[in-house]
Amino acid sequence: MAESSHQARKHNHPGAGRRRSVPFTKGRQVDSAARDAVKALLGDRPRRRDLLIEYLHLIQDRYHHLSAAHLAALAEEMRLSLAEVYEVASFYAHFDIVKEDETPPPAITVRVCDSLTCELSGGQKLLADLAAQLGAKARVIRAPCMGACDKAPACAVGHREVAHADPARVAAAIADSHVDTAAMPGKDYAAYIAAGGYGLLRACLDGERTPEAMIAALDGANLRGLGGAGFPTGRKWGIVRKEPAPRLMAVNADEGEPGTFKDRHYLETDPHRFLEGMLIAAWVVEATDVYIYLRDEYPQSRQILHLRRGAGAYICGEESAMIESIEGKRGLPRHRPPYVAQIGLFGRPTLVQNVETLYWVRDIVEKGPEWFAGHGRRGRKGLRSFSVSGRVKEPGVKLAPAGVTARELIDEFCGGMADGHRFKGYLPGGASGGILPASMADLPLDFGTLEEHGCFVGSHAVVVLSDRDNMREVALNLMRFFEDESCGQCTPCRVGTEKAVALLSRPRWDAALIGELSQTMTDASICGLGQAAANPVKSVLKHFREDVS
Amino acid sequence: MSDIVRFTLDGEEVEARAGETIWQVANRRRIEIPHLCYTPAPGYRADGNCRACMVEVEGERVLAASCIRRPAPGMKVKTASERAKASRKMVFELLVADQPARERAHDPDSRLWRWAEHIGAEDSRFERRASSAPDSSHTAMRVNLDACIHCNLCVRACREVQVNDVIGMAGRGHQARIVFDFDDPMGKSTCVACGECVQACPTGALMPDTVLDAAGAKQAEADRQVDSVCPYCGVGCQLTYHIKDDKLLYVDGRDGPANENRLCVKGRFGFDYVHHAHRLTVPLIRKPGVGKSAGGDVDPANPWTHFRKATWEEALALAASGLKRIRDRHGGGALAGFGSAKGSNEEAYMFQKLVRTGFGTNNVDHCTRLCHASSVAALMEGIGSGAVTAPFTACKDADVIIVIGANPTENHPVAATFFKQAVKRGAKLIVMDPRGQALKRHAVYMLQFKPNKDVALLNALMNVIVAENLYDQQYVQAHTENFAALKEHVRDFTPEKMEAVCGIGAGTIREVARLYARAEAGIIFWGMGISQSVHGTDNARCLIALALMTGQVGRPGTGLHPLRGQNNVQGASDAGLIPMVFPDYRSVEDADVRAEFEAFWKAPLDPKKGLTVVEIMQAIHADRIRGMYIMGENPAMSDPDAHHARMALAKLDHLVVQDIFLTETAFHADVILPASAWPEKDGTVTNTNRQVQLGRRALPLPGEARQDWWIIQELARRLGLDWNYAHPRDVFAEMGAIMPSLKNITWARLEREHSVTYPAPAPDQPGQDIVFGDGFPTASGRAKFVPAAIMPPGEEPDAEFPMILTTGRQLEHWHTGAMTRRASVLDDLEPEAVACLSSADMRRLGLSPGDPVRVSTRRGTIELKARLDGAVPAGMVFIPFCYAEAAANTLTSPQLDPIGKIPEFKFCAAKVEKPAKAAAE
Repeated sequence: MAESSHQARKHNHPGAGRRRSVPFTKGRQVDSAARDAVKALLGDRPRRRDLLIEYLHLIQDRYHHLSAAHLAALAEEMRLSLAEVYEVASFYAHFDIVKEDETPPPAITVRVCDSLTCELSGGQKLLADLAAQLGAKARVIRAPCMGACDKAPACAVGHREVAHADPARVAAAIADSHVDTAAMPGKDYAAYIAAGGYGLLRACLDGERTPEAMIAALDGANLRGLGGAGFPTGRKWGIVRKEPAPRLMAVNADEGEPGTFKDRHYLETDPHRFLEGMLIAAWVVEATDVYIYLRDEYPQSRQILHLRRGAGAYICGEESAMIESIEGKRGLPRHRPPYVAQIGLFGRPTLVQNVETLYWVRDIVEKGPEWFAGHGRRGRKGLRSFSVSGRVKEPGVKLAPAGVTARELIDEFCGGMADGHRFKGYLPGGASGGILPASMADLPLDFGTLEEHGCFVGSHAVVVLSDRDNMREVALNLMRFFEDESCGQCTPCRVGTEKAVALLSRPRWDAALIGELSQTMTDASICGLGQAAANPVKSVLKHFREDVS
Repeated sequence: MSDIVRFTLDGEEVEARAGETIWQVANRRRIEIPHLCYTPAPGYRADGNCRACMVEVEGERVLAASCIRRPAPGMKVKTASERAKASRKMVFELLVADQPARERAHDPDSRLWRWAEHIGAEDSRFERRASSAPDSSHTAMRVNLDACIHCNLCVRACREVQVNDVIGMAGRGHQARIVFDFDDPMGKSTCVACGECVQACPTGALMPDTVLDAAGAKQAEADRQVDSVCPYCGVGCQLTYHIKDDKLLYVDGRDGPANENRLCVKGRFGFDYVHHAHRLTVPLIRKPGVGKSAGGDVDPANPWTHFRKATWEEALALAASGLKRIRDRHGGGALAGFGSAKGSNEEAYMFQKLVRTGFGTNNVDHCTRLCHASSVAALMEGIGSGAVTAPFTACKDADVIIVIGANPTENHPVAATFFKQAVKRGAKLIVMDPRGQALKRHAVYMLQFKPNKDVALLNALMNVIVAENLYDQQYVQAHTENFAALKEHVRDFTPEKMEAVCGIGAGTIREVARLYARAEAGIIFWGMGISQSVHGTDNARCLIALALMTGQVGRPGTGLHPLRGQNNVQGASDAGLIPMVFPDYRSVEDADVRAEFEAFWKAPLDPKKGLTVVEIMQAIHADRIRGMYIMGENPAMSDPDAHHARMALAKLDHLVVQDIFLTETAFHADVILPASAWPEKDGTVTNTNRQVQLGRRALPLPGEARQDWWIIQELARRLGLDWNYAHPRDVFAEMGAIMPSLKNITWARLEREHSVTYPAPAPDQPGQDIVFGDGFPTASGRAKFVPAAIMPPGEEPDAEFPMILTTGRQLEHWHTGAMTRRASVLDDLEPEAVACLSSADMRRLGLSPGDPVRVSTRRGTIELKARLDGAVPAGMVFIPFCYAEAAANTLTSPQLDPIGKIPEFKFCAAKVEKPAKAAAE
């Protein structure tokens, strides 16, 4: 019977019969249970494209991973293609995609920081110890800088930070029932109001101040973008104000530069001062909407603000990558020109400012520009918040005058070098600002003062190194960070960082090839990450040759 | 004035045109700058990611990517500074490091390798990283990501050019990787195999399977190329055949006006049917004593059970004498001919001329009757022209696009890419169709109205436009007539009343009506969901009225566009392959017209219009037609109530079939004449956009197969006609002499320009894309509103046949499958007959996806496999009509639209059940 029906088929159609038809339409089908689950989770939230990352967080927070079934259902619900959802979800480190044939990770994830300061403080050993001791109880993975360099080594159990981490503290944190985090006791709204808070904003709204006067005050104070680029703030507000409406504003609270934790400090201790500055800025440029992009590693801050969550990607600290991420996409930096002040968020002129920059607005206006500009050493003007970590006695956020030197920071502000350590060198501006030797510790630290030495002060993250630290290891740690955090868009950065890690891992460096590669990374990368990634390597070749040959 | 930017390029003062990048200016001045992620092909924006094109800009801290950077006034650019050259070389060195060695490369001639060689960067000092495994899960393409340079061209190809949205760049940094959907094997993904990524890839990471050996290395190189046009749908994509040893090796898209280099799976991968073993290579004559019956299947691989080989002389003599005998004994009205929309304009013209002057009848028709006859009828009546008023590419200028009763991502895939791109640009898409579809995801409104309730929905839209005064008073006054009657007619069709009838909420109807009426430029596209209905003409009348009352005709971004089905259905209709009209739609019943054609053809002509496709089948049953000549058509599969049609074919005294395969129609033939496949012939075709395009002969004919035009001429001669065409260009010249539409379009011009749109105002001016901006080719110069009332379908579902059967095409197959099922890639992708059902109905029937299922109507029963399809609403079953083993047209209803004479393929009552055997298990 089977024989004859096969015969019949052969005769009655022109196809070759090599294959059988697929019982479904093409590709992955949406599972109805997953569809219901995602619909329930999203509720009546708008199905807007820019909210994709927010909804990925919803699923990740609820199920501790992103199953393929949920992702397919989310794509359908948001009318996105499968690829659009997948490429975004897979870009960010805090999303765990689990396909049909894979096992979900344990509900608890312990992230151990392996960035420079934490590694200097035994981060790698902590990672190994935790992995061995926790076994199947929790997933232990490496993670980039969490902005807790003053409490190194740091790790996070779920979203909860463990300072000065050791296996016992981590075990205790895991045992504690609420794995989530509690808000830090910062200055609250009532206290802030009581101390005259929001008075300046009120005065602006009431017409007692003019936007021009605000810009003039910032110009007078010489306030510059404290995210790292140092662009004059008043001038930026003026530029954006002249662009056609509607204009938008985005706050960069994606502080990811290793060694930097000052924004976090202000967000956690005095958030309303920052918020008031933000609202004043929005008033000045007449922004219709303000987006705050907060890195996912700062959940304490999230308790008190309404924002867009990052999802574990250093590159999103780059302003145009941040804008892409706010739009719900992979965080790829854009080409300049056009600048975001002209074409930014959703194609609109956008004012992008760092947290700390906005934090100073109220004080500058209320106390007068000359108060702010009156600080400074060696001809530099203003106050700067240095995140100091590494081999010093008292690491932390140090409010110091612009133009202060590394030696002064260590001696005056940090109680000197840590016991048993001799000052060898320092990173003046986080992972990307290069490395300077102790012999150059008397240079003024400010925007524009270090460039001639191949370095920059950037976000003012100073990591102090000692005679116990090997510069080859330091450079390798930093390059690994860039390799992990490169967005992958352009060749010099994506392939360059990967090849550089391989070159730096060799016991003896091929200085010529490293030099050529470094030059191309600097010259030909799209954004600051790739352009600066080779800075530490160049510094080591210049100032610490003996450690690598 | 300010559009021009003056700057210095390599020391020379140069000018950049508006929007030009540094690379483009340099390229124009023949300055070479390497480029990988940038391609100057249409539709591909520069992405600036590979950094192979870096140049130095004086005063800037870092280098600039010339492909994306626009010069500023006074800028000083150096393309060949040592710094720029060093960076470019380093970029290649980094990329080459991870490539398979050139001697083992998937494509050693890729753009990457050619540039690497050119700038001396074929070797790398860097360590190679671990490479990824090949993915050969797809039948048409191979993915070798070890050659991927992350240039993103395939992502742009898939997401921005074709907008199929399957390919993504997942991960980050050096872990970034090209993925299909969720990093699935390409063959398991939602990939529709358009192959755009393969065409775009500059490294050989994505390649057509046909050029690679088992190890993934290039094994075959084309020895010649021929530019031609795709043989499939009415979009009319231009393509290039890459040929090796007289076999098609692969196909690339070419920059034609309708496709801008794009192709779909059929055009790119569906070509090897021409080399199939089933090709007819010798004339065949039915063996004596072998009877015909409706069920008389013949094995195309072994025709010798029913036929014997004949010489051409013998076959032509027999074919002609049979036709002549009937003509002489019973009159020309006892004969009929079906020409084909798959052939050229010249063949269509010759065919109808043969039937009219050689047979002496107007009984000549073709598959337009089954596709858009009703649309053409309504358009002729309303605006005096049966063709589109604007090309589908006009959607580029539209801000509102309506797609109704059409599923372009399946049936006009390349046209659909333009719709999807328009949406990306910001146009609002409204899709109206009872069945869901891929465009739904791109639409602001998806109106899945109740099947067959088109008129109710469209009249309700017009009701809103009239009631809310949204119509274009000035346009209506200047260019139309009979608006008062329409206004009065739609008064009763309030959205509130129609809501229950069509199943779309009154509020939504109002919003959609306002959106279209208020659009700066709105355009309407429709397909066979509109036309294949007993009220198909009424459906089209409504669409025409909608466009006229809102003045959405005759301007950029506006228009009426029935998406024509076959590659040459527009041209074959223009050429007169229609029973009521001579070439250019001139009535056979108009004495003046007839006199003109009698003088031109030097033959007396039948003064009465002929019978249409389905009417001819009925006339055979009624003994009025006894002989037929069928060229390239397959009514045994394509006619409604196919069993009835096959009984008619079997009943014929004499049937001559001219084709490339032994089709289901040819099973019933007396004489079979082996003909030419599209890549084997020269000829023109006219696509849905009114673009006349040149197909060029690329391959030799197999065996003793002959050119179709030659066969028609030989038959004509044997029927007493003195024909002496030496080449299709002679035929085209004759057409030009009698068809005003072809004015200013010559064969030589087509050879030069590849494509010319009609009407063309002058030999040296482009044709008019958008027509009727200043009136219509009607007697009054005005377009006419024709009100349409609600009519019931040919048959309603009842207790015995409770479901609605609708039929149509599938992306991978075309028409009756004679060609596509013999194309190996297409056959692999869709190898078996399927019935698409909703999950609700599958649950109700106790079916699992892939189970056998039986579908019956009052006319027949077929068994096939159930496919779960979320696009199909509950209560409906959709069956593609291309599968001979479960021919959907066995089930369909032969009831006709009274005006267009088109059958109701989209609606009949059906029963779906588990087959007895399966149910017993």
